Amino acid sequence: MGTFLLKRFGVMLLTALCLTLIVFYLTNLDPNLEKLVKSQLDMRTSDAQVEAFLERNGYRQNIFKRYGEWLGVAPGWTHTTETGEITGRCIPAGSDPADAPTFCGILQGDWGFSTVFKESIGGLILDKLSLTGVLMFWVMITMVPAALIIGVLAGMREGSKTDRTLSTFSIITTSTPEYVSGVVFIVVFASSVTGLRWFKGTAASAMDGANWENFTLPVLALALYGVGYIARMTRASMAEVMTEQYIRTARLKGVSFWGVVLKHALRNALIAPFTVIMLQIPWLLTGVVIIETLFNYKGFGWTLVQAVGNNDIELMMAVSVVAVFVVLFTQLISDIGYAFLNPRIRVS
Amino acid sequence: MDRLTAFEIASRMFVQFTPVWIGLVIILVLSWMLRGRLGLYGKLFDSPIGLIGLVLVLFWVLTAIFADQIATFDALNQVSGMRNKKPGWPVSGLEGQHYLLGGDHLARDVFSRWVQGSRIVIIIAPVATLFAFMVGITLGLPAGYYMGRTDTILSFLANLVLAFPVILLFFLLVTPEIRAEGTVFNLPGGKTWIASIPNIIAMIMFAFPLIFFAALWTSRYRPRPQLLAIQLAITFAIGLWLYLGLVFRVDPFGLIDDVLSPNILNIFVSVVFVNSPTVFRIVRGLAIDIKTRDYVAAAQTRGETAWYIMLWELLPNARGPLIVDFCLRIGYTTILLGTLGFFGLGFSPESPDWGTTINDGRKLLAIYPHLVLPPALGLMSLVLGLNLLADGLREESLKD
Repeated sequence: MGTFLLKRFGVMLLTALCLTLIVFYLTNLDPNLEKLVKSQLDMRTSDAQVEAFLERNGYRQNIFKRYGEWLGVAPGWTHTTETGEITGRCIPAGSDPADAPTFCGILQGDWGFSTVFKESIGGLILDKLSLTGVLMFWVMITMVPAALIIGVLAGMREGSKTDRTLSTFSIITTSTPEYVSGVVFIVVFASSVTGLRWFKGTAASAMDGANWENFTLPVLALALYGVGYIARMTRASMAEVMTEQYIRTARLKGVSFWGVVLKHALRNALIAPFTVIMLQIPWLLTGVVIIETLFNYKGFGWTLVQAVGNNDIELMMAVSVVAVFVVLFTQLISDIGYAFLNPRIRVS
Repeated sequence: MDRLTAFEIASRMFVQFTPVWIGLVIILVLSWMLRGRLGLYGKLFDSPIGLIGLVLVLFWVLTAIFADQIATFDALNQVSGMRNKKPGWPVSGLEGQHYLLGGDHLARDVFSRWVQGSRIVIIIAPVATLFAFMVGITLGLPAGYYMGRTDTILSFLANLVLAFPVILLFFLLVTPEIRAEGTVFNLPGGKTWIASIPNIIAMIMFAFPLIFFAALWTSRYRPRPQLLAIQLAITFAIGLWLYLGLVFRVDPFGLIDDVLSPNILNIFVSVVFVNSPTVFRIVRGLAIDIKTRDYVAAAQTRGETAWYIMLWELLPNARGPLIVDFCLRIGYTTILLGTLGFFGLGFSPESPDWGTTINDGRKLLAIYPHLVLPPALGLMSLVLGLNLLADGLREESLKD
């Protein structure tokens, strides 16, 4: 187990380094830098001024050196102007260059400064993540139980009418991406078209306090797309367990049908869906970006769109690091959890 | 002139779709008559779910084919005074003509845009999925068959792409900036080619179908050099024409240039790039499973080459799960294309594709839902059709 974990962590770290380097490279392509400068200064900035700005702010160094600076393993750049003023990556405006540290990257806990929000990124990302965390919490609370119940009910009597109905429902939900369900929900439940103004079509007010009225539609739209997939996996797993010998033995011993389902089948049937649920979390990220944009909920997904739209390099990097680690950690947890729940599987 | 009633709108739309209904009836009747000889496809007629899926998919395929006949107006045509008009509104100045599903925020016909939009999805999604399968199969078979170092490296690369959040990749990879960045090469015919990242990925990815078919013919027909030479000549003639046309845009016949603009190529490349690692993993898993079978051992003792075993023993026996996944993956690609449109990535702003239309209409959603509902429901019904079709195929293939 120990060596397995160590190896997995090594691969994870390597993957994360490769991916952040790719993101760093892509955000630092020349046209992107130009876009950044123009959003910083002025749209009419001349090419010479753009070049001077890039030179002055350390954007013209070797890409690996800059990546090292961001990571915190290479010393931050400094620049001495003609008047003798020293500016640098690690020197905040208005402070004494002599006090500034040599290294300032994410290893030192410095995530940089957002050029869009004019804010320190560490705090910004935490704020946005907590907003998205609230959304994800409610999505999970609705999605997982609903999916498991549907899957178990459909899988316990394979081929029955209940099974057919619920399976069709699952297929319909997997065919409805968030931008379709979100749009349809708004039209049906939050517009003058049907007159049912049950909920609000925007979740902007949910950032101060989520309630039934402003949070139902985004949560529902996001949960719906995932429900079908988890339910289908649960159904398959349940159907397989129900054909096992020990289920038949229990039935023949005289245990009632529901007794068998709840006491004997359920525990074994829920191993496979666990992995699926964990792997579903990174998959939800795309949905989060769509739903937060559609409902104007300024969380992590919305931040991602803003960061890319303005080529806010350090914010993009922070967003990527979080996103990549979510993917890698859920993969790891699902592998370990699977081995933990199913004693027949041995890790390492 | 008066607005059309809901019944009139429905009946006029039904009439507009006439070519689709005729096509559907012909295809279904013919397939039903020949169902005994059509293998897995013929068995679909035993499964109601699969049949519903087939009808939905055929509906959209036929709509895409006959889009020009079905649409009542040009998808980009603006008629003054028709801005955000409700469904069934009479067109000013044109006697007896109506915007069947209303006008959008630029006074274009929603119905015609909806119909024309299907064409983009129906062309890109299956072709992109096919390319992803070519890449996934060509790399996945050796990874699963040989294992060892080949597998370690390829799997690491696949996992690398899979760990990349799809949405982030799209935002970084589908931009006008990235298309313009790179060394410029002069090509014969006065054309230029930019070594941008999407173009380089296209150069690598689009070579895989060529490699695949060349390996396919070579491994099987090596004992018959004459036949092999003919097959390779045809493969390379068609393949190189498509390859040069798609990647370098030097097409002597000028056929490809019209279909594939640089931004569509960008979208195409990204979608193939996102899908191929998953296909790779599926093919690799199937290869690991199937290579332990007796007929593979028999082929090995016969002294067949590794590529023969992979392409002519492993692949045909993995076709069931692959066909099912192919259907599901077209649906997923359709959703991805919609996502790209929704974020305004890649597609031109006036493109009638469904994602872009949803994005255009969502700002006025609460007041003018008729702009958004047709593309939203269109996308959903197509994906639903593909998923049901995949389900039907899976059920029928398991019965064997």
